[in-house]
Amino acid sequence: MAKKILQKTKNPMPLQDPVERARNFEEVALGYPVDLAVLEAQRCIQCKNEPCIAGCPVEIDIPEFIRQVAERDFEGAFRTLMDRNVLPAVCGRVCPQEEQCEARCTLGVKFEPVAIGRLERFVADYANLVKFTDDTPPQPPTGHRVAVVGSGPAGLTVAADLAKLGHQVTIFEALHKAGGVLVYGIPEFRLPKSIVEREIDGLRRLGVEIRTNHVIGQTFTVDELFTELGFEAVFIGTGAGLPSFPRIPGINLIGVYSANEYLTRSNLMKAYLFPATDTPAIRGRRVAVIGGGNTAMDAVRTSLRLGAEHAYLIYRRTRKEMPARAEEIEHAEEEGVEIIMLAAPTAILADERARVRAVRCIRMELGEPDASGRRSPVPQAGSEFDLDVDIVVFAIGQGANPLIRNTTPDLPVNKWGNIIADEGTGATQKAGVFAGGDIVTGGATVISAMGAGRRAARAIDAYLRAPSSDGFSPTDV
Amino acid sequence: MPRILSKEILAPDVVRFWIESPHIARKRKPGQFVILRTAEGGERIPLTIADVDRARGAVSVIVQGVGKSTRQLNAMDAGDEVLDVAGPLGRPTDLHPGRRVCCVGGGIGAAVVYPIACGFKALHGRVVAIIGGRTKDLVILERELREVADRVVVTTDDGSHGTKGLVTDALQALLAEGEVFDEVVAVGPLPMMRAVVEVTRPLGLRTTVSLNPIMLDGTGMCGGCRVSVGGEQKYVCVDGPEFDGHQVDFEELSARLGAYREDEAASLLLYERERLAAGEPA
Ligand SMILES: Cc1cc2nc3c(=O)[nH]c(=O)nc-3n(C[C@H](O)[C@H](O)[C@H](O)COP(=O)(O)OP(=O)(O)OC[C@H]3O[C@@H](n4cnc5c(N)ncnc54)[C@H](O)[C@@H]3O)c2cc1C
Ligand SMILES: Cc1cc2nc3c(=O)[nH]c(=O)nc-3n(C[C@H](O)[C@H](O)[C@H](O)COP(=O)(O)OP(=O)(O)OC[C@H]3O[C@@H](n4cnc5c(N)ncnc54)[C@H](O)[C@@H]3O)c2cc1C
Ligand code: SF4
Ligand code: SF4
Ligand code: FES
Repeated sequence: MAKKILQKTKNPMPLQDPVERARNFEEVALGYPVDLAVLEAQRCIQCKNEPCIAGCPVEIDIPEFIRQVAERDFEGAFRTLMDRNVLPAVCGRVCPQEEQCEARCTLGVKFEPVAIGRLERFVADYANLVKFTDDTPPQPPTGHRVAVVGSGPAGLTVAADLAKLGHQVTIFEALHKAGGVLVYGIPEFRLPKSIVEREIDGLRRLGVEIRTNHVIGQTFTVDELFTELGFEAVFIGTGAGLPSFPRIPGINLIGVYSANEYLTRSNLMKAYLFPATDTPAIRGRRVAVIGGGNTAMDAVRTSLRLGAEHAYLIYRRTRKEMPARAEEIEHAEEEGVEIIMLAAPTAILADERARVRAVRCIRMELGEPDASGRRSPVPQAGSEFDLDVDIVVFAIGQGANPLIRNTTPDLPVNKWGNIIADEGTGATQKAGVFAGGDIVTGGATVISAMGAGRRAARAIDAYLRAPSSDGFSPTDV
Repeated sequence: MPRILSKEILAPDVVRFWIESPHIARKRKPGQFVILRTAEGGERIPLTIADVDRARGAVSVIVQGVGKSTRQLNAMDAGDEVLDVAGPLGRPTDLHPGRRVCCVGGGIGAAVVYPIACGFKALHGRVVAIIGGRTKDLVILERELREVADRVVVTTDDGSHGTKGLVTDALQALLAEGEVFDEVVAVGPLPMMRAVVEVTRPLGLRTTVSLNPIMLDGTGMCGGCRVSVGGEQKYVCVDGPEFDGHQVDFEELSARLGAYREDEAASLLLYERERLAAGEPA
């Protein structure tokens, strides 16, 4: 390549106009057009030591795929991605790239890193447009049968990897639609559902059977998956699906939602189309969302799209400590979200019909660092104030759903109810049972759930092929 | 997709369906429910499993048409397919052998107490059933309950069938008569459950109620079905649906059931207009 003057900043992502997009559910980021993608790819200096790869939990060969984009070999780039990541269109959109691959990019030391995530998204979308398919022929059938519980990113990755290896895989999903948080949590404007569906169709083409409406622990227990249905191994990827509410007065008033409920009503049940669809959501005119993570951002931005005139985000620390991706915080502010920092709710106040009228908050100051290393918020006596709102949404973290743990007594869990599994293999202490994703780690990221799925697939494959499962310890893999 | 095997009208706007769902029929225990959708874009409707037929691989649900979703379901016919059925959900009834139980069902509540009555009877209990309705036509499952229960008392508000009065009147009469119960199970409209609970509270008579808050996923993921029981927050879909009636905050539950009243009314109106326009009975 001819030496050129290095472009110091990322090529900007074309976005929908903030005023317009705050009122519709169309995707906010529009994606790179071809020439812009090629231009961005040309910024990559093809470092010999490939530091970016180590930042990617599934170790995509980043320099290779970027080189292919720069040379306009988009099909090759797509194959490079698919070799490592079965959901590139999803990860290119929702990965916290700034903390992962892009954080390690050499260019980032002095300038802005290469826009790896945007390029990944570009390749995946381009591949869809011109209908490249991943045509790696699957291995001959092995006759082994594996059950996957939950169809979030962890479950989808395990299923794809095992199917490619020739195993017969069945996914059991509690809800009526597969995809986990990708379909019920992350909104359409950040991750169009058609993209998730496309990736799941790819899985079906690999021969994976998806049984929706099957709640494991209820429809079948984990043990029955072995004894009644004859599976030889089970992977549990049920996510972190138990909402938490703080212990403050007024938590059960009408208009108080968990982010899970608010987002599920909107995303999975399409409440924004009500009454064309049948499940409503309260359309608050003044909405307060409590929290500072991606979930909180998604909820507060959804409230604008459902018609809120004021959308407040209440967070007990400062912007610097917010766990949400910087880009999402910026997008939220551009759309008109009002961020109230250093405050936390102490009570929710009702009108005469038991509906939310206001949220009472107390001001915080940052004190000493806590266990997480972040400075912990300290309430300031006498600093309470009331904010008039008609909806309050809590996005303050999630616990582990108890359905499987309650019906599988010999599956050890930690004190938070998360399944204990080996990090390298996903093996649990119950023979033939593997686990990964948020149910093991607590709420994390799409790509880390996928990474766990990938490692578990390798271990499950070894487990199935072991001459005799007796005495075999998958932790040895 | 699960096929409707049969349809039978039990009362005005109350329909019994048998729906093919072998894996649910196999696992279900008394007290559990399903979540069903009739069409894409439709609600996830929670419905108690009234009965199962393992030979046919089917479950029965008894549905009262109160809003758009339940009316849409009740307009379906044998041979039609619903979109999906998930279950069995919730915890089964806490059954103990040899108990003397009074099962009180108000209106559609009879459909929920019927499987519970069967469960206690199967464990050699003595079961007395009280079922009631506003008028004769609205009393359901009398024949079925007579087949399982040791004694059945029917009440109607207007006296058109059985004794005139409320189910609580009948319960008080039975207690006055000297019937002894280890437990009362009461299911029906909230005011009825509240009234039963107030009859039994002074007697310290254990009273189980089955709650029907608004649900979404039915798997413990959303928290929308939460109610206060004994001052603690419970998720009805995974911790219930049955709870100690003396501990339930009915006032809160009743308020929460009204969360979407205006939206529901608008949705029903739209649906009925569409049906009229299509020349179908509303
Ligand atoms: C609103 C929101 C926004 C987020 N934004 C981002 C982001 O921008 N970037 C990012 O990287 N991460 C984000 N995350 C986190 C990320 O989505 C999760 O870490 C990831 O989805 C975890 O994947 P998983 O496969 O472990 O579980 P999940 O995606 O939670 O999927 C679990 C699946 O299992 C099913 N299930 C549960 N119990 C049972 C059962 N008993 N039987 C059968 N099925 C069951 C559930 O219905 C669900 O479909 C976000 C999370 C939320 C909630
Ligand atoms: C565990 C459980 C078991 C149930 N079993 C039965 C049953 O066996 N037979 C039966 O006919 N009904 C049963 N119900 C109630 C039934 O689910 C609701 O009547 C139905 O969802 C109402 O939907 P709709 O659109 O027809 O009415 P809507 O227009 O939504 O509502 C009409 C009325 O029903 C109440 N309602 C709305 N949604 C729900 C909901 N999800 N759950 C409860 N009440 C609601 C509203 O407060 C309103 O007063 C049960 C509910 C639960 C939670
Ligand atoms: S999957 Fe995520 S971390 Fe890996 S290269 Fe893509 S954007 Fe970066
Ligand atoms: S570190 Fe950055 S510049 Fe170097 S190869 Fe990776 S993406 Fe290219
Ligand atoms: S219905 Fe969502 S938690 Fe019970």
